[in-house]
Amino acid sequence: MIESIFIEGLIYGIMVLGVFITFRILDFPDLTVDGSFPLGAAIMTVMIVNGYNLLIALAIAFAGGILAGVITALIHNHLKVPNLLAGILTMTMLYSINIRVLGNRANVPILKNTTILTTIESLFKGIIPEEYAILIFFIALTILIKILMDIFFHTDLGLVLRAMGNNQQMVLNQGINPNLLKVIGVGLSNGLVALAGAFAAQYQGFADVSLGQGVIIAGLASVMIGEVIIPSKNIYIITLRVIIGSIIYKGIMYLGRYYGYYINMTPNDLKLITGLLIIVSLYLTNFNKLKKLSFFGKNKSIIK
Amino acid sequence: MVKIKNITKIFEQGTINENIAIKNIDLTINEGDFITIIGSNGAGKSTLFNLISGNILPTTGKIYVDDKEITKDPEHKRAKYIGRIFQNPLLGTASNMSIEENMMIANKKGMRGLSLSLNHKIKTVFQKELEQLDMHLEDRLKNSVGLLSGGQRQALTLLMMVFSKPRLILLDEHTAALDPKNAEIVLQLTDKFVKEYKLTAMMITHNMNSAIQYGNRLLMMDKGEVIFDVVGEEKKNLTVEKLVNKFHELRHVSFQTDKVLLSEKYNTD
Repeated sequence: MIESIFIEGLIYGIMVLGVFITFRILDFPDLTVDGSFPLGAAIMTVMIVNGYNLLIALAIAFAGGILAGVITALIHNHLKVPNLLAGILTMTMLYSINIRVLGNRANVPILKNTTILTTIESLFKGIIPEEYAILIFFIALTILIKILMDIFFHTDLGLVLRAMGNNQQMVLNQGINPNLLKVIGVGLSNGLVALAGAFAAQYQGFADVSLGQGVIIAGLASVMIGEVIIPSKNIYIITLRVIIGSIIYKGIMYLGRYYGYYINMTPNDLKLITGLLIIVSLYLTNFNKLKKLSFFGKNKSIIK
Repeated sequence: MVKIKNITKIFEQGTINENIAIKNIDLTINEGDFITIIGSNGAGKSTLFNLISGNILPTTGKIYVDDKEITKDPEHKRAKYIGRIFQNPLLGTASNMSIEENMMIANKKGMRGLSLSLNHKIKTVFQKELEQLDMHLEDRLKNSVGLLSGGQRQALTLLMMVFSKPRLILLDEHTAALDPKNAEIVLQLTDKFVKEYKLTAMMITHNMNSAIQYGNRLLMMDKGEVIFDVVGEEKKNLTVEKLVNKFHELRHVSFQTDKVLLSEKYNTD
């Protein structure tokens, strides 16, 4: 059980990295995620069923996510729609699109097909147990994505993206169109989310149109749990804590699902638990900030 | 260099709240001008800056830079050659990022790619630049900008802007939110940079003394118009008293409204 918590935490961690880009870096609360996650799953699954090259399928799932994000950003930029509503619009449209991608079905199984994960299992057959081979693969993959993201955030483009969520006027002053940055940032974020969706489908052995339900809230909860546990301003640690937050979130959900009955909890209560987790995390981070202000004098407002 | 031709800006035109913020202003800014602008709240000073920077578009009239019309260019395009500093020190820098990262962002204008330009070599350049501020920031490259004081932040913003070599810089009461000591430091830095790098600058101030002390040209604005434009020797010989008298003479206003012109309130218009 413990390894599946880690595996799911790592798969969702890729998604949480995407959510982190929009919510924390760009300050663009993006709800497209609930649609782009199953979109990635659907594209991957259908391409597996039809026998396409697995890496190409993965790349197309990634590209599909980027496209979904780009559409949200364009709706927001050009129709002057608030970012939340733009995300909801794309998410809603994606529900129909995902069913179409799956060939007018709500659920497509790939339990008997060759996936990236079954390939890895057979590669390590006899050397290490299957479950651990998968775990090692996801640890390597998530760390690779994390490192690529760290590098990206230190490139010239990455730096302005980081400044953007903090101070849009500053970005404008540098002669950069903030709208273009939103397209890039939200696109990239949803690309990562779709990638996570593609892996989630392979791990579960099916793609389901309702796979995306509540993904955004799970992502947000993970981001916030990370912030409560590891307060830091260092970008390397911030991206790491996003993944750790995701694993802890999955752990809490597992506990709720398997041991919740001791306190009369059913799996139906998990959404409630997720919401409460976010509220508690928000309270704790605010509490930490207040504490800093009054006792240590750090981060004090510098404006008179 | 910059020509403003018959610019008028009417807010909420055709409604009951109609407000003529800028009334038919004609202004030529010459290369190397350091213009100080004074005027009461609501005189249209910040609106004029917003029109030049492209933050808002004029109702009628045209703006030219080097004989090229830019009236309808978006703000981010103009920002490539027009620098602007606001009253609020938070608007010039990103507080969750380090000094060196902020400087790297300002080091180039326009959209950028995936190169990792923040290397050792450019950090030594940044250190050299920071030494000019005389605030010992050169030893704090990795510090978060959020840890700096308002004065340090505004000085850093100024430095970052100067090194991008803009054609025109707009200073919108950039010292008004600082304490008097820091305000003086930032003002002197501004003057030093304008002279050293031969910048063309416009500076809004509520402090009549600094309006007289700095720059080669002074504009007095009232109710959306430039009512007094003085250059060179005449500007040098101005005193606060002369300015106030001039205002009365031009506007035929009673003594009570003195406060309006002399107002040291820190509101933006």
